[in-house]
Parts: sequence; C-alpha cells; structure tokens
Amino acid sequence: MLLIPCPHCGERPEIEFTYGGEAHLVRPADPSTLDDAAWADYLYMRSNTKGVHAERWRHARGCGRFFNALRDTTTDQFLASYRIGEPKPAIPTGDPR
Amino acid sequence: MSKQRFSALSLFRRALGGHRSWEPQWRKSEPQPAYDVVIVGGGGHGLGAAYYLAAEHRVGRIAVVEKGWIGGGNTGRNTTIIRSNYLFAESAALYDHSVKLWEGLSQVLNYNVMFSQRGVMMLAHTVHDVQVFKRHVHANRCSGVDNEWLTPEEAKAFCPPLNIDPDIRYPVLGAALQRRGGTARHDAVAWGYARAASELGVDIIENCEVTGIRRDAQGRVEGLETTRGSIRAGKVGVSAAGNTSAVLALAGVRLPLESYPLQALVSEPVKPIFPCVAMSNTIHAYVSQSDKGELVIGAGTDAYTSYTQRGALHINMHTLDAICELFPMFRRMRMMRNWGGIVDVTPDRSPIIAKTPVPGLYVNCGWGTGGFKATPGSAHLFAWTIAHDEPHPINAPFTIERFRDGHLIDEAAAAAVAH
Repeated sequence: MLLIPCPHCGERPEIEFTYGGEAHLVRPADPSTLDDAAWADYLYMRSNTKGVHAERWRHARGCGRFFNALRDTTTDQFLASYRIGEPKPAIPTGDPR
Repeated sequence: MSKQRFSALSLFRRALGGHRSWEPQWRKSEPQPAYDVVIVGGGGHGLGAAYYLAAEHRVGRIAVVEKGWIGGGNTGRNTTIIRSNYLFAESAALYDHSVKLWEGLSQVLNYNVMFSQRGVMMLAHTVHDVQVFKRHVHANRCSGVDNEWLTPEEAKAFCPPLNIDPDIRYPVLGAALQRRGGTARHDAVAWGYARAASELGVDIIENCEVTGIRRDAQGRVEGLETTRGSIRAGKVGVSAAGNTSAVLALAGVRLPLESYPLQALVSEPVKPIFPCVAMSNTIHAYVSQSDKGELVIGAGTDAYTSYTQRGALHINMHTLDAICELFPMFRRMRMMRNWGGIVDVTPDRSPIIAKTPVPGLYVNCGWGTGGFKATPGSAHLFAWTIAHDEPHPINAPFTIERFRDGHLIDEAAAAAVAH
C-alpha cells in the first residue's frame, strides 16, 4: 500500500485516497470551437507516462481536498505533492530509485 | 523441427528413450539486419500474430522482438479466463472469433494449450446485476453467442461450492452461464505459438527492447532501434500491452490508454474441487482451479497508473473477502503466491486493433483486464490488418479514431466494472 503525502495532512495510507488521473489537463475554454480531434484529445488521450507522472489525488477519507503529486510510475515512489493551483515543481534531481 | 511433432506415438517413442532426445521447441534467434514485418512484444498476442502472418499471409521475413522473455508479461500473469458473452455485437463477434479459434488451437499448433470448456458463470448480486446480465443473455442470443440465465439453485447445481444463502452481504440472485467458456494453459499458448511460428521461419528475439522507431522522409516506418542494434523493417506491429503508450510515444503517437496494475494470486494445490470458472464483477472475485490443483484467483486493478508489475495487498484482501463469503469452504486455504501485471485500459474498455497515423505502424492494444481470452482472435485479426494494410471486418470498428468520431464500443458502461 502506498504512503501518500497529502500537502495538507502529511503522509497517510493509500486507502484514505481516491485517484484523480493525470494532472494539469485543462478543459478548453470554449469546446464548441474545437474540432473533433482536439476534443477527443482532451477527453481521451493521456500521456500514460512511464517515469515521473503528474497526477491528481483526493484525500477523500481525510481532509477531502484534491491535490497534485509527482510519482515515478516505474517505482511508485512519490517525489513531491503540491496544492491545487500551485505550479508543478521541478523534478528533484538524482536517481529517485 | 517437424521431427518433433507431438503424437501419442512420438511421446511413446521418446518415453522409451527416457525423454532424453527432445530438442528445444523453438529457435532463439539473433537479430538480422532487416525483416518485412517486426512484431514488438513476445506475448501470446504478438507471437500469435507472427504465426498467422507466416502461416496464412506468407509475408516473408518476420521477427518478434521481446524486451524480456516470451510469455513473461501479461500472458504469464493472468487468470486464463476465456469467454465471449460481451454485450455489444462488435465485441461479441470479436471475442467469439477468438473462442472459435481456441476450440481448434491445440490441433492447429500441434501443441496442447489445455483449453477446457468448463463453463464461465458470472454471478449477479443486485437487481441491477440481474437486469444487466439478462440483457447480456438476450443480446448474446441475437449475436449467436451462447449465454444462459441460471436461478441461484441452478447456479449451485452447476457449481456446488457456491453459497446461495439469502442472508450473506451480497447474496447470489442468479447467474449468467456461458458453457463454451473456460480456461487454457497460459504458458502453453505462448510456447505453442512460438514453436509453430519458429517452425515457419519466424525469428524470436528475446532480451531485445525497442528504444526507437525510425521513419523515412515521408514519415513511413523504416525500422527499429533496439538494445540489440538497429533492425530495418517494412512494417512494425506493436503488441506491447501495458507498455504500448511508451513504445508508440517513440513514433509520436498518443493513445487513449492508461496502464494499471492488475493483481492475481494462487492458493496451495488441492484435489479437484471446483468445476467451473466463477466470476463476480460486482464484488471483484474471479476464481477457477488449475489442472495442477491451485485455485487461480483474480483481483481488481489498483487505483493508480503504474508500470511496476505489483500492487497493494488491500486489493487482494478485498477479493479474498468476497471469495470466502461466496465459497465458504475456501476460508482456511492458504495463498501461495501473488503478482501483478500492467494492463492497458481504454476509456470504453474495448481494445484497439488498428493502423496508426504513421504509415507501416500498426497497434494491437487496450485489452485492459481481459486480453488473454482474446489471444488467438486478436493475433489472427492483427496479422490480417498488418498483411492487408486494412482491418478485417471483425476488427474494423476497433480503431483509434472511434474516440474522435464518437463510435465507442462502451463495454465499460455495459458492465460498470473492469473485465
């Protein structure tokens, strides 16, 4: 089970959280101006990163708040977590493994 | 290799020689400079595609490159359930194509894949389940796929270990049974295809990871960079399951995929006690008994995307809770091993077997949590697609563009869970 660093509450076990998928996907301001390919790209296409992945989590059984985190999907190690609205932090240097 | 065909007589002869005369069942190849078709991914789907390309389409020089060892990915990590009772006509046709190929596969490959049509029984626990499964039964009947409704008593008669007490947390309200469904031996599928493909001249290259996809000035695929050197290729078919997004990113192709860990576990081996495959989508329990005697148990996916081939224990515990309630006689069994595989999931839970925007590059992916059952059909249709540079009518709906055009084949909504 993962230990997930909530930026509000600190490290808590994974069962307190729900996963929110890839972070920083911005809903287009005016979808009606998009063609089908651009809209499908927003709805369905994902980077599915093998490596450091920016993703949303919600501390559903804790503070209830959404936040973003950087996790290495090849090790499941969390590298950073940050509040919604904060910019994505630089990836810490050095080999996380 | 033809000297090594399996028959009762050949087994008897080799037995007289103390079984010391067997040779390797397939060639381990070094990469050659160029091939007409290279398949990326040496699982059942990839090896099968190479076999059908060689056997049915005779496309010339074929290689399979595999970053680890053949059958070591999801082919060796699943719970071997085979069925075709999907809701939509497109899916039922696709998966039933596969079941029909399973039915003759051991003879075609001259390799016993131990396909056992012991029946797959899907349990309904809620009014919603009952309605959905009955809808499946009727839809399957229209598609010519066998699937029948069982009352709780009929379900218990078919599978005596089942607990149909009405006072358990998720009581059994009925079941959908596909009698043609069942299981097969996972390793034998990879090995059987590898042996048959190798016999037809296909090079199987293990420990060979793709690190780049080379394209010519027009954008067409012209080869691969690998950890064992450059390989020129007229066409490239990617059949890399959970790693598909990473491989196709090398050619700049984005896909509607997310890769999740899916876990399974086996018990200690016991005498034959469990006659069928039982599945409960609602409470995430999938169980059958292997011929070796182990209970083979499938759990759900973990919540997050990952490439680690492992998951969290609470996912397995959730499944074991359900199994212990549905089959109380298993409560004191010990579990021996658990593991995870990385499954590539599409938004509609239907696969993609298609051309990509890059000429000469094809992809077979998105099988999610249910790819093993489709191995022969998927491989057969992928080979067709590569050889003809256009999809077979059965896989024509399973494109990448369906997400752009709104033609989803939404088995996700149909089952409301992973499958």
